[in-house]
Amino acid sequence: MSHTSMATLDGNEAAAYVAHMTNEVIAIYPITPSSNMGEWADEWSSLGVKNLWGTVPDVVEMQSEAGAAGAIHGALQGGSLATTFTASQGLLLMIPNMYKIAGELSPVVFHVSARSLAAQGLSIFGDHADVMACRATGYAMLCGASVQEAMDFALIAQAATLESRLPFLHFFDGFRTSHEVAKIERLPVETIRAMIDDDLVKACRTRALNPDHPILRGTSQNPDVYFQGRETVNLHYSRTPAIVQGVMDRFAKLTGRQYGLFEYVGAPDAERVILLMGSGIGAAEETVDHLVAHGEKVGMLKVRLFRPFDPSYLLAALPVTATRIAVLDRTKEPGSDGEPLYKDVLTALAQAHAGGDLATMPRVIGGRYGLSSKEFTPGMVKGVFDELTRDKPKNQFTIGIIDDLTHTSLDWDPTFRPDVTKGVTACVFYGLGSDGTVSANKNSIKIIAEETPNYGQGYFEYDSKKAGAMTISHLRFGAHPINSTYLIGNDEASFVACHQPTFLTRYDMLDKARKGGVFLLNSATPSDQVWNELPRKMQQTMIEKELSFYVIDAYGIAAATGMGRRINTIMQTCFFAISGILPRDEAIAHIKTAVKKTYGKKGQALLERNNQAIDATLAGLHQVTLNGTVTSTFDRPPVVPDDAPEFVHKVTATLLAGLGNQLPVSLMPVDGTWPTGTTRFEKRNLALKLPLWDEALCSQCGKCPLVCPHAAIRAKVFPAELAANAPAGFRHVAMKGKDFPEGHRIAYQIAPDDCTGCGLCADVCPIRDRTDPSHKALDMVEATEIHDAEQANWDFFLTLPEFDRASLDPSKIKHAMMMQPLFEFSGACVGCGETPYIKLATQLFGDRMLVANATGCSSIYGGNLPTTPYTTNPEGRGPSWNNSLFEDNAEFGLGIRLAVDKQTEQARELLTQLASQIGGELVEGLLSADQSSEAGIHDQRERVAALKEKIKGLDTPEARTLAAICEQLVKRSVWIIGGDGWAYDIGYGGVDHVLASGRNVNLLILDTEVYSNTGGQKSKATPMGAVAKFAAGGKPTFKKDLAMMAMAYENAYVAQVSFGAKDVQTVRAFLEAESYDGPSVIIAYSPCIAHGVDLSNNLRQQDMAVNSGHWSLFRYDPRRAAKGENPLLMDSKPPSIPYRDFVASETRFSLLNRTHPEAAERYLQLAQKHVQTHFTLYEQLAHLAVQKSSVPPTE
Amino acid sequence: MNLTTKYLGLTIKNPLVPSASPLSKSVSIARELEDNGAAAIIMWSLFEEAITAESESMVRFLHQQDTGFAEISDGFLPAHQDFDNALDQYLEHIRKLKEALEIPVIASLNGVTPSGWIKHATDLQQAGADALELNVYYVAGDIGQTGAQVEERYLSLLRELRGHVQIPINMKLSSAFSSVGNMVSRLAAAGANGVALFNRFYQPDIDIQGLRLQSTLRPSTSAEILLAMRWIAILHGRHEGLSLGATGGVHTAEDAIKLLLAGADVVHLCSVLLQKGPAYTALILTGIQDWMTEQGFESVDDFRGRVSALTVPNPAEFERANYLNVLDSYSISSGVRV
Repeated sequence: MSHTSMATLDGNEAAAYVAHMTNEVIAIYPITPSSNMGEWADEWSSLGVKNLWGTVPDVVEMQSEAGAAGAIHGALQGGSLATTFTASQGLLLMIPNMYKIAGELSPVVFHVSARSLAAQGLSIFGDHADVMACRATGYAMLCGASVQEAMDFALIAQAATLESRLPFLHFFDGFRTSHEVAKIERLPVETIRAMIDDDLVKACRTRALNPDHPILRGTSQNPDVYFQGRETVNLHYSRTPAIVQGVMDRFAKLTGRQYGLFEYVGAPDAERVILLMGSGIGAAEETVDHLVAHGEKVGMLKVRLFRPFDPSYLLAALPVTATRIAVLDRTKEPGSDGEPLYKDVLTALAQAHAGGDLATMPRVIGGRYGLSSKEFTPGMVKGVFDELTRDKPKNQFTIGIIDDLTHTSLDWDPTFRPDVTKGVTACVFYGLGSDGTVSANKNSIKIIAEETPNYGQGYFEYDSKKAGAMTISHLRFGAHPINSTYLIGNDEASFVACHQPTFLTRYDMLDKARKGGVFLLNSATPSDQVWNELPRKMQQTMIEKELSFYVIDAYGIAAATGMGRRINTIMQTCFFAISGILPRDEAIAHIKTAVKKTYGKKGQALLERNNQAIDATLAGLHQVTLNGTVTSTFDRPPVVPDDAPEFVHKVTATLLAGLGNQLPVSLMPVDGTWPTGTTRFEKRNLALKLPLWDEALCSQCGKCPLVCPHAAIRAKVFPAELAANAPAGFRHVAMKGKDFPEGHRIAYQIAPDDCTGCGLCADVCPIRDRTDPSHKALDMVEATEIHDAEQANWDFFLTLPEFDRASLDPSKIKHAMMMQPLFEFSGACVGCGETPYIKLATQLFGDRMLVANATGCSSIYGGNLPTTPYTTNPEGRGPSWNNSLFEDNAEFGLGIRLAVDKQTEQARELLTQLASQIGGELVEGLLSADQSSEAGIHDQRERVAALKEKIKGLDTPEARTLAAICEQLVKRSVWIIGGDGWAYDIGYGGVDHVLASGRNVNLLILDTEVYSNTGGQKSKATPMGAVAKFAAGGKPTFKKDLAMMAMAYENAYVAQVSFGAKDVQTVRAFLEAESYDGPSVIIAYSPCIAHGVDLSNNLRQQDMAVNSGHWSLFRYDPRRAAKGENPLLMDSKPPSIPYRDFVASETRFSLLNRTHPEAAERYLQLAQKHVQTHFTLYEQLAHLAVQKSSVPPTE
Repeated sequence: MNLTTKYLGLTIKNPLVPSASPLSKSVSIARELEDNGAAAIIMWSLFEEAITAESESMVRFLHQQDTGFAEISDGFLPAHQDFDNALDQYLEHIRKLKEALEIPVIASLNGVTPSGWIKHATDLQQAGADALELNVYYVAGDIGQTGAQVEERYLSLLRELRGHVQIPINMKLSSAFSSVGNMVSRLAAAGANGVALFNRFYQPDIDIQGLRLQSTLRPSTSAEILLAMRWIAILHGRHEGLSLGATGGVHTAEDAIKLLLAGADVVHLCSVLLQKGPAYTALILTGIQDWMTEQGFESVDDFRGRVSALTVPNPAEFERANYLNVLDSYSISSGVRV
């Protein structure tokens, strides 16, 4: 056996480690939760890490998973060892090539962190829907159930594919395994070396396309031979199971870990047996061990090799005593009479029974569990075993949900825990995403797992919001490997930490605490007063559970020791100091070593600050003595206001309280239709500072509502008399200018619970007090000073009527910002650079807007549950929104346009047809309506209302048809929204086609120059020299010029905008694009935290991007060409600052200086030259004289 | 023809020295500069603030990337491995340049306070730098601060630096001193081996759209050499062993020749090389040689300082030149009896 070393890592890193070591061409594309595998591979290659054969694998990002699969197919045909990583919809895009690769018997392993497929909604979490969609491709399918197995099976699959020539799909559960951090045995290089047979590698080379030995593949076959050709591969499939088992046996000799195609655990004479694959095996094995120890005759069959499915191995592993079998599938196939694994097992047993190889046919039931990472706990496993004891056990059951609609669900005991969990220390930490709780916990696991003989496991629950995200860290430690593949449950945790005092009134954290456990709270309240800060229920629980209560003022210590607002090391120190997992001094020494490792090269000052903070923590940590009495006078407030709609009360509020798992099937919308406008019920109160308006100083320019990413500052103009009932502190002032009626007042009002405190409104405010330049018309002030008063003001503000849109001139920012935003309080990042554009579009066109949204950040903050930000105006109108896929958004939006156009056309036809019954004047008005202005649209709405009344009385088929479609007579605004990953890469083919179509759609491309939502991977919009994931060595090529490509069509309106650099141009571009009766594309510069800048500098960064020439502003309008003018107008000036200055201000660029300095300088020189020539090119185009036609007009 | 020049106690092959600029960041460009005649190279400036700020921002964006959002659990930038900080890389680059080049390599420090960073000078010396340039990029925005205090800042930084290194130190100065000459004298007395006259400050501009400040960088023009030329002419020959470098606006051989005539020991090139490439050094050098041939000069020392304050008939012209020119047009020839 080779020497092994222990490592603490997650499933993705474990699989990627083997993949990088055993391949030479790696084609990648980001998709959660598999992206990290590609990121690791890219980073290792950029650092020169070599594979088994001493060469650095070539890692290439493609434009889509379909592209990655194509590249892999090519690399295989070129004779290389190649691999890729993917999940979910990405895997589906690979399917066409998978058939080809399998048909050509090309050895390859695809590593998949299995994830749900988008159906009634998208989900990034884990189940087997994606891999099950591939079971007909001809790929062998091998499933790992743990982090250790993700590494082991990656190697077993690689060895087996070479030997069998079948391509392998190696998969493990997304998030549960891909993101679980565990202490495992790292495979030594010599083991990997020993498992890979170079003769088999050589065989791949000899089968390759090679002009020195030419061959031909990919023929087109006819009915005479195609069928026979398909049957030629049978032998390869029939012998593969034995090959895999042989590889597993060889692996066992090298590592001591013996795997089987089907592995049985449990009583040798088990009567009840369950079968499953994937991470659920961990929970099931713990349960089986427990039940067997308590004398029950139960067992479990772990399914490892799902394809080729070999019944003989299955039968050999299954105890003959098994009479009741439950097969668990982590997927759903609607319309099927059972899920795939169930049907395969059932068929195998039936065939064996019919063939005489199985004396008695057991009773077999199948069920679904764990879809989208739904919890699968020992209680649920036991629930399935219990079901098997019934006379007529339920078939096609579900476990883990309450199905009160079709009653498929089984009951389970949520409190059941196997004995093995008693020997484990469980700890739960509630933190903010940005406070570093998760990274500190990962570090703690490393310390414990690597510095002690203990095993550790970490699993992290993340948020669906990006701003103010909450995380829950679940850490387990114990003397044995930890197989608990489920969250820490109620009454289990011996340590519960609350890193943010604001959580006290929002979440019931102590339900997790076990009796006699510890509760650690970060609070600035002194330890002798903190008890009364806790809600009554929390006090009660602490008394009942006899918890020890510790308090630390982590923010105070952080501020005092120069750590700013960084509390994670402080909280980590508390954890070690209290938990006693390690001797205190030893633990502190380890934390300091880790700090030194992290900050040592960054500077002595940082190191010293951290060490001071650690020392100050020990002095500042206090235990609170409980006196056993509930003294508090308050409880957790209701999650949503009393006047919220019923659905919000029943469903949304439950989700917000973190209790969504309890919602029964009957409360779910049947077709994925969810109500809009629900973010307003989620009051998150994130801001530490809020903007305070000085109405006397304000010039009423409207810039503040424009830049606000969360629509948390609004403008309204209203008649003075309406202010009579305003709260005393409500600020308003006489409206300036002549555009508004006399006596009207204006208010700029903040929504204090919805503001994230980014400060952009105050940053953009151009008005300074002449006598005190530090004072602006908007100043950021401590939230505590104004929150309550502003809350009352906001409530009043909402009662004020919206100003008449028809009398506003939207080309003026001041006017446009009085239009109600119909996109509000999204979960986008603090200071997001994208959302102001979407919000602007909803202000200008929201009441008639249809949105097709590409998957990405904008679909996540646009449509991620629990609450959604698109909302309605007082008339109930607002954007209607859907997200199809990542790759098809342009086509999806075009389809919406086609539907609108067709129905409009038919409505117009019917109007003509029914003119005599409806009335000629109304029909004429409807048909000839000028809807180019808000007033025109308003008038058309009035006519449609009149039409509806008219046709109510007409009982003809035509009239009924017209009634159903007549609303389409009001102009619709179709918006196709997405990021650069969509528009430049995966969806470019569709973008191109839609631009060429000439149809009236508006594409809004929110260009963050990186795949933001999946964590910052390079796209073709990424600028040269920027570091991104998948471009760890800096992007070596220039940013794609999408605008130029779009302009080449000459029929499309094209604008490049940046609201922080020139807001007026942005607003003009939106209005022009929308008014253009053809395809329009707006490419919008959107600073993102992925750039390595704090977004409080969002506006400055936009400015620098424009001034450095990185981002030119222009508008190309085909209407100008039609008038004989140059269609291109430049809206920005030649570069006025060095590109170097722009680059120096963003870590995405400056990081390359540290990692690859020569390349950084080379790219910078090239980029500097490029921005200058690029601007010149555009300027020259904009100044070209328009040629008069030399061809004389024909008669 | 002998072009050699004494500069900071070093003998260099000619008087053309590319000043601190990003060109030195690439070894191959540095070699190209050498091949085209550069006699020494001043590396880009290691900024005091940059070292601190970069450490802070790297920590902020690489080690504190947590978002709490499931799809971005590891943050945005790939940085699992540790890497060198700005100083480490600078030292490494000195070593690389020393290996690749035969001409002297001069390290450049840019800072305004005598805090711990100045100790890094020892590292620069150890890494093989032939000399150090200290660029005190300081704008006295505090109107309570006196000129004397500003000057003392320069002197104390120099003394601090002198305490750490033995290699020659060049002081790059701005022209914003009440008495440049006196300042240079005091720096010489405090241990400076040379001065570079003058530093160009970036000038902030105002963006009238955004109603805010914006930074600008306009490359120098030949017109700017006149500022340095005056002071070099005045200072030439005044301090034994103090090198005079002319910087800011040298774009042509004519510019360089004028500065040498004024008394510069070396002429620094920057904007022109950024605009026209490293090979332009050779063109300027050839221009100087052609002019020398034309004028019959055998060595640079033959004409250095020929038109300095020490040598011109009326040195006051360097002080009040234009004014005097105006007066001259009214003065009567000395050969005419009145």
